[in-house]
Amino acid sequence: MSAAPAVALPDARWRPAEVAFWLAAVAAIFVFPGHLVLGSQVLITGLFALSLDLILGYAGIVSLGHAAMFGAGAYTAGLLAKHGWGEPLSGLLAAAAVGAVIAWATSFIAVRGEDLTRLMVTLGIGLMLYEAANQAASVTGGVDGLSDMAVRDLLGLFPFDLAGRTAYVYSLAVLFAVFLVCRRIVRSPFGLSLRGIRDGARRMPAIGSPVRRRLIAVYTVAGAIAGVAGALLAQTTQFVGLEVLGFSRSADLLIMLVLGGAGWLYGGLVGAALFMIAQSQLSSINPVYWQFWLGLLLVAMVFAARGGVVGAAAAARERLLRRAAR
Amino acid sequence: MNLVKTIAAVAALLFAQGARAEGTIKVGLVAEFSGPFAGYGKQIHNGIKAYMKQHGDTVAGKKVELVLKDTTGPSPEIAKRLAQDLITHDKVDFIAGFGLTPNALAVAPLATQAKTPMIIMNAASSIITTKSPYVARFSMTLPQVTEPIALWGAKNGVKRVFTIVSDYAPGLDAENAFVKSFSSQGGEVVGSVRVPLRNPDFAPFVQRAKDAKPDAVFIFVPAGEQGIAFVKAFTERGLRQAGIKLIGPGDVVDDDVLEAMGDPTLGIITTHHYSAAHDSPENAAFRKAYAEANGEGTRPNFMAVAGYDGIAAIYEVAKKLDGKIDADRAMEVIKGLKLNSPRGPIRIDPETRDIVQTVYVRRVERVKGGLYNVEFDKFPDVKDPGKPAN
Amino acid sequence: MFASLPGVLFDGVAYGSLLFLMSIGLSVTMGLMRFINLAHGAFAMLGGYVCVVGMARLGVPFLLMLPLAFIAAAAAGAVLERTLYRRLYRRSPLDQVLFSLGLTLMSVAGATYVWGSGQQPVHLPGFLLGQVRVLGVDVGVYRLFLVALVGAITAALVLLVRRTRFGARIRASVDDAQASAGLGINVTRVFSVTFTLGSGLAGLGGALAIDVLGLDPTFPLKYLVYFLLVVVVGGAGSIAGTLAASLLLGVFDVSGKYYVPAVGAFVIYGLMLVLLLLFPGGLRRGAR
Repeated sequence: MSAAPAVALPDARWRPAEVAFWLAAVAAIFVFPGHLVLGSQVLITGLFALSLDLILGYAGIVSLGHAAMFGAGAYTAGLLAKHGWGEPLSGLLAAAAVGAVIAWATSFIAVRGEDLTRLMVTLGIGLMLYEAANQAASVTGGVDGLSDMAVRDLLGLFPFDLAGRTAYVYSLAVLFAVFLVCRRIVRSPFGLSLRGIRDGARRMPAIGSPVRRRLIAVYTVAGAIAGVAGALLAQTTQFVGLEVLGFSRSADLLIMLVLGGAGWLYGGLVGAALFMIAQSQLSSINPVYWQFWLGLLLVAMVFAARGGVVGAAAAARERLLRRAAR
Repeated sequence: MNLVKTIAAVAALLFAQGARAEGTIKVGLVAEFSGPFAGYGKQIHNGIKAYMKQHGDTVAGKKVELVLKDTTGPSPEIAKRLAQDLITHDKVDFIAGFGLTPNALAVAPLATQAKTPMIIMNAASSIITTKSPYVARFSMTLPQVTEPIALWGAKNGVKRVFTIVSDYAPGLDAENAFVKSFSSQGGEVVGSVRVPLRNPDFAPFVQRAKDAKPDAVFIFVPAGEQGIAFVKAFTERGLRQAGIKLIGPGDVVDDDVLEAMGDPTLGIITTHHYSAAHDSPENAAFRKAYAEANGEGTRPNFMAVAGYDGIAAIYEVAKKLDGKIDADRAMEVIKGLKLNSPRGPIRIDPETRDIVQTVYVRRVERVKGGLYNVEFDKFPDVKDPGKPAN
Repeated sequence: MFASLPGVLFDGVAYGSLLFLMSIGLSVTMGLMRFINLAHGAFAMLGGYVCVVGMARLGVPFLLMLPLAFIAAAAAGAVLERTLYRRLYRRSPLDQVLFSLGLTLMSVAGATYVWGSGQQPVHLPGFLLGQVRVLGVDVGVYRLFLVALVGAITAALVLLVRRTRFGARIRASVDDAQASAGLGINVTRVFSVTFTLGSGLAGLGGALAIDVLGLDPTFPLKYLVYFLLVVVVGGAGSIAGTLAASLLLGVFDVSGKYYVPAVGAFVIYGLMLVLLLLFPGGLRRGAR
């Protein structure tokens, strides 16, 4: 960097903790070869959570219907693969486009109004899309789901194997690529303006920042990313079930993001990992207990641990640094 | 007998390979054990437990081990992941269960990829068995149990029918099967509605049926909760007083919830492949073993009997192959397999690997012991009419 | 087809009345404390289960269980408000959503643990069953009872809000809590009493709804959308608005299912989106 910028943009260097995180994700391929199927689903959910983080953690929009874009992306990739176009990467791009279009189209009602209105609108859109997919059963397979997807080998070289290794590497690569893009976005002036909107939308026009346009833009980008996540799930499982558009997918995602900590980019990834691993372990013991303890954890978090896991870790780090500086 | 077992055990030890624990036959049970469909997995598992109580847990010198996995509901991606775990980790010899069609459809390609026989113990859509040559079904298909009620109705004075089905693939299957069959017998379908799957209130739909003045209302809703809500609406709107019959496949008067539904169910005529009141020595033995394995007073339903027959088939395969489970040979044994099930005689069609069984016409009556579906007519040897014509 | 219209309308009004009873508490909570309480359905569910247990285990007749369901839910509301909700009034909407979602999950899990995941049957007393002919239309006796009861409760609520001092305090606090506190109104107490009352009404609604909507542990999540719909469309804090929205949604939902069952489920969401576009602040505040 040459001259110091007039406004201090957030530091773009990679912290050691970040590097460790990504190295660990790669190491998992060798350390946990028997759990790569769960691993790839964790990564995909992490990507989905990342897209919610953009609109919730950085722009402050509380959405209970984010699964709409996720499901749309999944069905796009699914339908393409089913009807002859099985190439995975182009399927991702198509899904991103569809997710972006749906997000953009709904952004006009989703970003205006107060929090409760936005909540209802996002919820309503999600539910409507679910019903639409159910109705269009001849196309989507309805409740039985979309099967017979002929997904071709990745890059023409790597078939999707039973142990899930190709799926894991594929998901990790896509997640990392999208993550880099998001990291760039939030550290840019655009990203800063989003945080300004989140913290005090009424004041933003006073400094000339077009609030609605920014929100629509970030909502659209988040929609595209959610679409990619959905497509990944469809391609790696070779199946699209109706619940990709369901309310519990949106609600669980919100919980995961908050658990990990919204507004840090890593919060969604950490939250997704913790949530899904805990769920697969605990619900095999007793699913009722899982639900109860999850609810209790949420209540406790609201009162005690603001900022989720990543937020708490960052706060702890601050305290340590301050103590070291004395 | 002892000598054979000893030789088998020694041979097993000598040929021990890798992580697969010789001496056990592992069966992965993938079903719903929690959430709104928790009753499905529970009944299937209970049926299996009844069989194992009756016949012991070893066959061909090996112990049969069940590995349970909970899909929590219609969640194909979870089902697929669980099946993958069962195949790669637990190295199961069979995957079984499947209370819901979407879960079965997601796992079917795995059966082919991993060459593992897949035993369907409930899911009822016709297409499932076409998805892999390693799939065999021991439950029923909706068209199979629906067509007979159309035939029965047409022969017994039901000329005008209003159909109400849940708006999802099995519901549409049932509607198509009924309408096709009933119309071909000269009957008239005076109206049809498809009710949203998560429907809180049946009243407007039942009202509409009443206004059309049919002889009977044909109903299909998923077994359990919706049946209760529907029968309540049907009674409340006075359709019974107006002389309108209620007919359909047996899901609406599922044995699992029949007692709880109470007297409003009296007189409902349905066709299904199993009634807990079926009068046969096999069923009496089944019900006894079921009560011993699961508690006095518990009643099996059609899902339990499918679990029972499914595990019986696995035992047969194990016996015929002397404990060495090879997928292709297992499927050969299953194709054409005949069993004397508690429901009646069943066999597996060698061409489709689907079940061929007797479908009974029954009426809900109060007999000593409670409310039951009492059989009074039957259609023997019914194949699944829902398969695409070759 | 139109011969059935009065019947369908009546069914819609009955359904809407039930929605109103269950949602009015949520509406006032949101209007008064600006608190997004997704757990409201849990109070309705509590009322339902209390009713079922009272009838099945203790043999208490249905009509007597109704006020008991009200009291149980109101008591739960009072306790939770004092201990938990009160601390979150100033927190962000996200925190409120998470807290109430957590409470909901706990209540669903708790109900599953105690009563199992199946439907709870309720056996209504004989005189509430069947149909009667009113003005040439066959109407269900139970639904008639519902409409009458809810009508009476609504009238009582309106009286409470319009004619009593407490009602005046509620209205003042809804309009401007800070100014009201400045005038010496004990806003905390107003919050507490209204939350209790709202929860109690939800519990009563839950008990009444068993026969119409069914009762199982997923009740709070299943019907959450409908409650929120009513509140958002009607405008939080307004009895008239909530009533109008409930009846409107009830009639449209039932008519949609009757006349165009293929899109029945869409009608209600589509209507919500349209109304939100036209009246972003809810029916009460009118078009912007």
